[in-house]
Amino acid sequence: MAANAPALRVENLETHFFTKAGVVKAVDGVSFSVERAQILGLVGESGSGKSVTGFSILGLVDPPGRVVGGRILFDGQDIANAGEAQMQSLRGNRIATIFQDPMMTLNPVLRIETQMVETVLAHQEVNRETARKRARDALGQVGISSPDERLAAYPHQFSGGMRQRVAIAIALLNDPDLIIADEPTTALDVTIQAQILYEAQKLCRERGTAMIWITHDLAVVAGLADKVSVMYAGRIVEAGAIDQVLDHPVHPYTKGLIGSVPSRNKRGSPLYQIPGTTPALLNLAPGCAFRERCPRADPACLEEPGLSEPVPERAVRCFHPYAEAEA
Amino acid sequence: MSGPALVELQGLSKRFVKSLDLAGKLASKLGSSIREETVYALDGVDMTVAKGEVVGLVGESGCGKSTLGRIVAGILKPSDGRILYDGRDVSSLTPAEAKAVALKVQMIFQDPFASLNPRMRVRDIVGEAPLVHGLVSRGEFESYLDDVLARCGLDASYKRRFPHQFSGGQRQRIGIARALAVKPDFIVCDEAVAALDVSIQAQILNLFIKLREDLGLTYLFISHDLGVVEHISDRVYIMYLGRIVETASTEDMFAAPNHPYTRALLREVPRLETRHSDFLPIEGEIPSPLDPPRGCHFHPRCPHAMQRCREEAPRLREVAAGRLSACHLNDGI
Ligand SMILES: Nc1ncnc2c1ncn2[C@@H]1O[C@H](COP(=O)(O)OP(=O)(O)OP(=O)(O)O)[C@@H](O)[C@H]1O
Ligand SMILES: Nc1ncnc2c1ncn2[C@@H]1O[C@H](COP(=O)(O)OP(=O)(O)O)[C@@H](O)[C@H]1O
Ligand code: SF4
Ligand code: SF4
Ligand SMILES: [Mg+2]
Ligand SMILES: [Mg+2]
Repeated sequence: MAANAPALRVENLETHFFTKAGVVKAVDGVSFSVERAQILGLVGESGSGKSVTGFSILGLVDPPGRVVGGRILFDGQDIANAGEAQMQSLRGNRIATIFQDPMMTLNPVLRIETQMVETVLAHQEVNRETARKRARDALGQVGISSPDERLAAYPHQFSGGMRQRVAIAIALLNDPDLIIADEPTTALDVTIQAQILYEAQKLCRERGTAMIWITHDLAVVAGLADKVSVMYAGRIVEAGAIDQVLDHPVHPYTKGLIGSVPSRNKRGSPLYQIPGTTPALLNLAPGCAFRERCPRADPACLEEPGLSEPVPERAVRCFHPYAEAEA
Repeated sequence: MSGPALVELQGLSKRFVKSLDLAGKLASKLGSSIREETVYALDGVDMTVAKGEVVGLVGESGCGKSTLGRIVAGILKPSDGRILYDGRDVSSLTPAEAKAVALKVQMIFQDPFASLNPRMRVRDIVGEAPLVHGLVSRGEFESYLDDVLARCGLDASYKRRFPHQFSGGQRQRIGIARALAVKPDFIVCDEAVAALDVSIQAQILNLFIKLREDLGLTYLFISHDLGVVEHISDRVYIMYLGRIVETASTEDMFAAPNHPYTRALLREVPRLETRHSDFLPIEGEIPSPLDPPRGCHFHPRCPHAMQRCREEAPRLREVAAGRLSACHLNDGI
């Protein structure tokens, strides 16, 4: 992989679902990039298009969904319309995934060893013994003690947190260049979450893996990510370095979201709240999708705001962003 | 704590006898030694909630929070211990009195969808109980219903709709309206905002805060989200594997936790203010309640564990004004 080019650059990605009821523009012009040894947080509320973005990169969007536009440059090569054979050789090898539910990765009827060894053998020309050793090392790396015994176990013999660590170990097996993690700690307790975040961070720092960390939890991203892109209704509405976006949000949605986190409010007093609910993406009306909930909306917002880039690496999609000083 | 106790729990314990599930049956076929076993879900819990207070209950998954909430709400019977409501042991009440107390204590659940009957309209979901229990006459019914719905931020025109026609946040409002309709004094909220998006969570938390002010309600607020608990609670209980390990006012608890488990827990809560953190997790997982460790339940994960911790369970006792903690390190203080 080239040293200074981004590991992944997504440009104007559009993924739509052509349902009987109409078109769902789940991802509608999304752009971002992530470099080696960098963690990008992709943040948004449920239904904002985070998972579909991840699935699009992995070539896992099923009909009636389809990537209808944009480019996905992985190591400089556009894989947006790559064939299934090429995607299969990338997945689990150079691009790995960690899902919210580790059972999306783990097969309940196979021993951990079988699954891990098969994953290595599918992508590397090594013998079984080497593959097994690699599996053992990967379990050790994610903090699983007595890996030899664990290899012989079945997934149901592990707790939820332990299963997630095994799923991470599987993601590590072939030393990927990019890991896409879709809400991997959402179902876990804080103590277990901290263990997973610790492993992810170590991986990124020590091996230079690029990572996309998808979550609805701003606080997780705050501690983990280098930069963040905020999604709303299928679009990136604000992006930038983590400190910039969290300390000086300029998009009304980002500002509202940060303001409604309990720790940002005086204890016991009413929280800052964004009125209304997220719009359904089916046949979404044109114009700014945040309009109905936005304190700064005016007639200009009936048009679709573009993604500006006031300073490089700092983007906002809004006609009336806050000045950084106000934020 | 301020004022007289509305709910008091004394030495509350709950044991479940667990029969083998499918995974367990498979495992035992594969030679594992899993048998029918007893889950120690709650082990001698003492708790006091004063009138008008919001008490937070925090702990990791499976530590017994919901079990405690269900017992307080009268949905489950304890194996041991007493529950006092307004100073009276609920097991000594006449059937009529017990029924009145049952209405005064209501519960709100995490999954608003699972707890609402999909075939009932909002008017019946919310209105059935107050009619059946004679809390409102037929003549006043419609306007009573409209009032309750309005309090919860729901339009009167929603009465004819079914649960699936609402968003997650609205369904949680319906669940709250159903609880409020029977004029309760005490509400157990079990992960009531856990399934909601941040922006909707803020709306529902604000509703809880407003209802407390307007109606003088008392809450037991169960959550694994420390940020939420810190915001809404006056006092907090920390639970670990069926036991209370620490309680203090919210301010004191978050300013200076005493128990090693509380300290670890608070350190690991992700916060917006923390950037590029070096995560340093506590080791290990919460042990199985089928076979809790001897002595202090936390000793396998505690960095300060001593020989004594492996043998003797620490007592929950006062270590400072208004603060109880169960740790041997506090001896001699
Ligand atoms: N009906 C039951 N039969 C057997 N075991 C049970 C039953 N209900 C709860 N338990 C067990 O009791 C313990 C405490 O469960 P409880 O539901 O109270 O935990 P919790 O703290 O609410 O967890 P969570 O945060 O996951 O909701 C767990 O080990 C659980 O598996
Ligand atoms: N198979 C599908 N058919 C139709 N719409 C879908 C499908 N999968 C996802 N969507 C829609 O795409 C949008 C984005 O979904 P998703 O990426 O899963 O959101 P997130 O991960 O941010 O919660 C949602 O409106 C969702 O309903
Ligand atoms: S474009 Fe208009 S409606 Fe949209 S966020 Fe900006 S000010 Fe609000
Ligand atoms: S009693 Fe011992 S093991 Fe338990 S918390 Fe205190 S020091 Fe740790
Ligand atoms: Mg998702
Ligand atoms: Mg529970």
